[in-house]
Amino acid sequence: MHELSVVFSIIRTVEEVARENHVSDVASVTIRLGEVSTVIPHYLTDCWNWAVKRTEILRHAELRIEQIPAVTWCCGCSREYPTVTYGKICPYCGSRDTFLVRGNEFLIQEIEAE
Amino acid sequence: MGDYRIIEVKQDILADNDRDAAELRREMKRQGTFLLNLMSSPGAGKTTTLVRTIRMLRDELKIGIMEADIDSDVDARTIAGTGVRAIQLHTGGMCHLDAAMTRQGIEELGTEDLDLVVLENVGNLVCPAEFDTGAARNIMILSVPEGDDKPLKYPLMFQISDVVLINKCDVLPVFDDFSREAVTERIRMRNPDCEIFFVSARTGEGFEAWIDWLRRETAAFQKKEDDHA
Repeated sequence: MHELSVVFSIIRTVEEVARENHVSDVASVTIRLGEVSTVIPHYLTDCWNWAVKRTEILRHAELRIEQIPAVTWCCGCSREYPTVTYGKICPYCGSRDTFLVRGNEFLIQEIEAE
Repeated sequence: MGDYRIIEVKQDILADNDRDAAELRREMKRQGTFLLNLMSSPGAGKTTTLVRTIRMLRDELKIGIMEADIDSDVDARTIAGTGVRAIQLHTGGMCHLDAAMTRQGIEELGTEDLDLVVLENVGNLVCPAEFDTGAARNIMILSVPEGDDKPLKYPLMFQISDVVLINKCDVLPVFDDFSREAVTERIRMRNPDCEIFFVSARTGEGFEAWIDWLRRETAAFQKKEDDHA
């Protein structure tokens, strides 16, 4: 729902990094996106394609999204399970004493520049 | 085809906002103003809850209110009717407030002399949970007609809230499939330390416990400030 404001935030950061590295044309930006980060990849790409045309440095930049599957750890039986399938309750032992190990990442991994 | 080089960034996309929020929290702590971020769906009773809360506390605490809405100043006018300082923030279509917008509101309101400031966030159970506003505590309102399954459907909102007010308890006899026990268990599953109060902003039922919590927490927040000074 707030993908556009997030895109503006990515653009601001990449513009800063580009300036620091004396880059005038960014070819691609790679994002690492967790499965339960609440950001929808294809909305993000749509907003990206609209927004970068309005910039100088990122005009030709492609957005690459690396998705990270969400994994939850159970403190009850010390096992991992896929978060999206089973949610908060451990499918092996029924414990609720669980926490998300990975899957809510939302990082700018790297940029590729000429 | 030119040569391409890779520049590693590895930066959290919400890091800017988290930094701004932490800075705002430090400043509010220094000046002893307890800032609350109030969230709920549209129509859960944020403004009605605020009006009753203000009436019960305005003689003992200096209160300020920031109303965020996509448009209109209906809520700010209602709040201004209680005599406390209030401003309207227009989010310009945005679905949430972030720390930078909160700071603008704080500056416009002028909070140095205030004990308690409440930021009424945009009515939405999804996006406001994603962005730290810089408030000391997150408060959310779930109203009975919305159903006791909402903690299952909007887990992040319940996970980040320090207090959940279950509002409109006066209509429980009509919405008799809403279970107090089920909603409590579902909130605690996400957030074991969450304070839960069953209230009705219309009748005042259950408000004493909520007001006591506010009184106690505001005093504790301001006292710690003195200890550091």
